[in-house]
Amino acid sequence: MDVSRAHIVLDDADIGRAIRRIAHEIVERARGSEGLILLGIPTRGVLLAQRIADAIAATEGTDVPTGSLDITLYRDDLRLRPARALESTSIPVEGIDGKTVVLVDDVLYSGRTVRAALDALNDLGRPAAVRLAVLIDRGHRELPIRPDFVGKNLPTSFAEQVRVEVAEIDGHDRVTILESPEPPTAEHEGGQRR
Amino acid sequence: MRHLLSAADLTRDEAVLILDTASELATVTDRSVKKLPTLRGRTVVNLFFEDSTRTRISFEVAAKRLSADVINFAAKGSSVSKGESLKDTALTLEAIGADAVIIRHGASGAPHRLAHAGWIGGSVINAGDGTHEHPTQALLDAFTLRRHLTNGEGDLAGVRVTIVGDVLHSRVARSNVLLLQTLGAHTTVVAPPTLLPVGIESWPCDVSYDIDTALTDADAVMMLRVQGERMRAAFFPSANEYSRAYGLNAERLRTMRPGSIVLHPGPMNRGMEISADVADSDRSVIVEQVANGVSIRMAVLYLLLGGNTKGQGS
Repeated sequence: MDVSRAHIVLDDADIGRAIRRIAHEIVERARGSEGLILLGIPTRGVLLAQRIADAIAATEGTDVPTGSLDITLYRDDLRLRPARALESTSIPVEGIDGKTVVLVDDVLYSGRTVRAALDALNDLGRPAAVRLAVLIDRGHRELPIRPDFVGKNLPTSFAEQVRVEVAEIDGHDRVTILESPEPPTAEHEGGQRR
Repeated sequence: MRHLLSAADLTRDEAVLILDTASELATVTDRSVKKLPTLRGRTVVNLFFEDSTRTRISFEVAAKRLSADVINFAAKGSSVSKGESLKDTALTLEAIGADAVIIRHGASGAPHRLAHAGWIGGSVINAGDGTHEHPTQALLDAFTLRRHLTNGEGDLAGVRVTIVGDVLHSRVARSNVLLLQTLGAHTTVVAPPTLLPVGIESWPCDVSYDIDTALTDADAVMMLRVQGERMRAAFFPSANEYSRAYGLNAERLRTMRPGSIVLHPGPMNRGMEISADVADSDRSVIVEQVANGVSIRMAVLYLLLGGNTKGQGS
């Protein structure tokens, strides 16, 4: 990555504060942590979901079940590229029926990932409600989808790329905007137009 | 990957990708809606020139779980019984718009011909050709071995597998030996000399005539069906004698390592290559193999048909 043309938007302290605020908002909106399930969208959404659960545990003293929801098989652009490797889907054993499911992703962009996630949820059960938490909302929606909990709204141009890095994978927590986009990669597609 | 014709065509990474994909797809079976929208609008033809229950049903279920349309074509009762050639059958399937053809044929090499003759544009999956290969069976066996012996991850490095029985007529044995080699396992093939194919010494495995020594250090034993329908001559004196010399019974199972498992590709001849008590014992994973077959075939169909299928090399 060419750091000279990258602009750091959030550092690790900012991300920590955003996660804690989102955790508070989720509990406030649900009036407690009862019946909540956090499902992250691989790869970075899963780690963010775990951190939100940790933040809820720290303030509420309750463990919110977390899992991961791979949306590859529900994508609307499967036919545009060679078949992709699947990520892990793991749903808490109690299932999602009647629960309030909070989907967690790193970047909200076109909204197509979230649409695929809603389709995937539909095949897994019938939640009482589905909410959406994202670390970055960069705009440019192509579907009528809006987030319920946002770490930071980040108005961007199409030419820019948003990169979310988390310590577990990238060695540090950081959100950057790159001025000119790099070629799309599988892992960092949150910033790419899909 | 455009076709799946031989287990030998798979690299280690491709084989592990299929196994990993199958592990994820296996969870669909436990869900309330056992269906994924991934192959909506794709047409898959089951082209079976030989009898089969589990392989055909397994492919059919796999394709349907991925929302593909499935056309079952059995040679009996079709124009093939009126003398239609493989080429004309293939041209017909191309004309109706098949995206993939799953073929089982009595002639070794028929899937290869279908894939490379330019008759059809879709993917070809070999579901067993003559005495040649049956790659999805080898993949489901590897998947089953991996679940029990290597924690369900990675390849099969260091695993010792003994394959016993009618290797001469077995496409399962050849595909398994080739795939197990690719995945890093060590294979020993055991059969009477009359049931070993010419050229067995060039296979990447050890060969033995003695089942008892070959079982002692095996992590898994794979019993092959004695294929009476392909036997044109006397290969052993009697079923009784074969069973005594090469059959897996409770006594032989006791000499195997604790935790070792018993596989059989089915259909079984109980009392011939495997005794009923071994087939039903808790060390037998034969029924699980059938369930794993659906997951493996879903993975193969997804990887061949799930993405952009235009402009791929073979």
